[in-house]
Amino acid sequence: MQNAQERPVLDQAELDPEFPRRMTRKAWGENLRRCIQCGNCTGTCPLSEYMDLGPRKIISMVRSGNKTDVLKCDTIWLCASCYECTVECPKEIKITDVMYALKQQALDAGHTPRSMPLPVLDREFFNIVMKLGRSQETWLMALVILKTNWLRGLDLAPMGLKLFAQGRLSLLPDPIKVGTGKKGDLKTIMDACDRLDKEEEKEAGVSSH
Amino acid sequence: MRYIYYPGCSAGGTGKAYDESIVEVFKALNIEMEELKDWNCCGATAYMAVDEAKAFALAARNLAIAEDQYPADEEIHIVAPCSACYLGLLKAKHYTESDPKIGGKIKKALAAADLEYKGKCQVRNPLDVFAHDFGLDKLKAMTKKPLEGLKVASYYGCQIVRPYSEFEERATPVTMDNILKAMGATPVDWSCKTRCCGGMLTWSTGAGKELNYILLKEAEKAGADVIATACPLCNFNLECFQDKIKAKYGMKKEMPVAYYTQLMGLALGLDEKALGMGRLFVPPKIPVKV
Ligand code: SF4
Ligand code: SF4
Repeated sequence: MQNAQERPVLDQAELDPEFPRRMTRKAWGENLRRCIQCGNCTGTCPLSEYMDLGPRKIISMVRSGNKTDVLKCDTIWLCASCYECTVECPKEIKITDVMYALKQQALDAGHTPRSMPLPVLDREFFNIVMKLGRSQETWLMALVILKTNWLRGLDLAPMGLKLFAQGRLSLLPDPIKVGTGKKGDLKTIMDACDRLDKEEEKEAGVSSH
Repeated sequence: MRYIYYPGCSAGGTGKAYDESIVEVFKALNIEMEELKDWNCCGATAYMAVDEAKAFALAARNLAIAEDQYPADEEIHIVAPCSACYLGLLKAKHYTESDPKIGGKIKKALAAADLEYKGKCQVRNPLDVFAHDFGLDKLKAMTKKPLEGLKVASYYGCQIVRPYSEFEERATPVTMDNILKAMGATPVDWSCKTRCCGGMLTWSTGAGKELNYILLKEAEKAGADVIATACPLCNFNLECFQDKIKAKYGMKKEMPVAYYTQLMGLALGLDEKALGMGRLFVPPKIPVKV
C-alpha cells in the first residue's frame, strides 16, 4: 500500500471541505479546530510506532479536508481505543472519538485495508448484536476467519481447542428477544436511531446551504 | 442501594473465570447482587466503529431497562466488571447527561421503545465496590488464607482508568494493589499498570502481540509471580497468546496471569474450581504456607 504520509497534496481540488465540517459538527468535534499540533497524542499513543500516520497527522489531515488519504490509512484501524491520547491532549480533543468516526466513514466508503481483519470483525460484531442483542464470540471469530483469511483459523486452532477443553468456548448463543415491538425492544430503538440520523442529516444539509 | 450485575458478553465464554470468581466473591462477602434481566451487549469497541448513535443507544438501553425494572426510589448501582462494558456504559451515561445533542437523540431513541432515561443508575467497577463500598479493613478481616509471599503485578489496563473513571487516578491507580495487599499479597511496583494490552489488535496484528510482550517482560523484571487483571480481554491477550509471544521474543519463563477476583477468592478460602482456576492458560502457583 502506498504510504499515505509521503503523498504530497498539491491540489486544492483533492481536498474536501465538507469533510472537516462534518466532523466538527459532531457533538465532540468542536475542539478539532483548536489542535496546536503539539504531538502529545502521537507521543503517548502506544501504537503510534506501528501506524502509518499516527493521531497528530490524522487530526491535521482531517482539518485540511484530506479525506481520501485519511480514510485509506491503516492508522485508524490500529487504534485500540485506549484513550491515552484523549486524556493527554491539552486542547481536550476527543481523538479516540475522531478515530471511531473515521472508522465509520471508511467502512461506509468501503475503504478497508485488506491486510486487517478488524473492519470485518467490527461489521460482523455489529450484525450479530443487531440480531441477538448480545455478541457470540465463537460465531464471531469463525465468521471473521472465514471472511478474511482462513489460514488464520489454522493458526488459532490449537488455542481454540484448549479454550474448548476449558469450557470457555460458548457454542450456543445466549440471545435476548429482539424485534418484539414491545416496551424496551432493541430493534425499535435501533430503528429510531436510523430515523433520527436521517433527520439530522437533512437538517444539517439545509442549514449548510 | 442495590447492586445489579451486568456480566457482559464474554462472561459466558472466554471470560467465564472472571464471571465465576466475581459471583463467588460477592457471595462470600455477603454483598447482594442480582443479574440485570434482558441486558444487551454494551457495544464494546466495535459498535462505535460502525454507528455512533446506535452504539450510544445500545449501551444506554441497559441503564434505561435497569431503571424500569426497579422501583423509582431505589438507588441502582450497575456493576460492570469488563473494562469495555464499564467504559461503554459510563460513556453512554456521560454523553446522555452532559451533551444535549447526543443525549437528546439517545433519549428519543429509547422513548421510541417506551423507555425513559432518568439518569438514576450509577455505573460501578467491582474494584470500586470492593475497595470503597465494602472496605479494605473488612476484606482483611475476612481473609482466611492470606496470599503471603505472592508478588502481584496489578494490571488495570486502559478503559477502567480512562477517560471517565471517577474512582481511580488515571496514571497511578491503586485500588487493585490495595485490595490484594489487604488480603496478604505483595504488590510489585511496575510502570505498566495502565499500558494498553492491544485490545482487539492482539489476535490480529503483530503490533498487538508486541504490546503484550512488553507487559509480560516488565512484570517479570519487577519480580512478579503473577499479573492480576481486571478485564476479560486483557486476561485473554496476556494468557492465551503467551506461547506465541514467548516463542517470538525468546522469553524463557512463563508469566502466570489471573483475574484479581480469583486471587481474592483464594484468599477468602473459596474452592479453586468454583473460582474458575482450571480455566486459565497460565495459572499462578500460589505459595502454600507450611
Ligand atoms: S495532543 Fe491534541 S492538540 Fe496536540 S497534536 Fe494531538 S490533537 Fe492536537
Ligand atoms: S486511543 Fe487510539 S490513537 Fe489514541 S492513544 Fe490509544 S491507540 Fe493511540
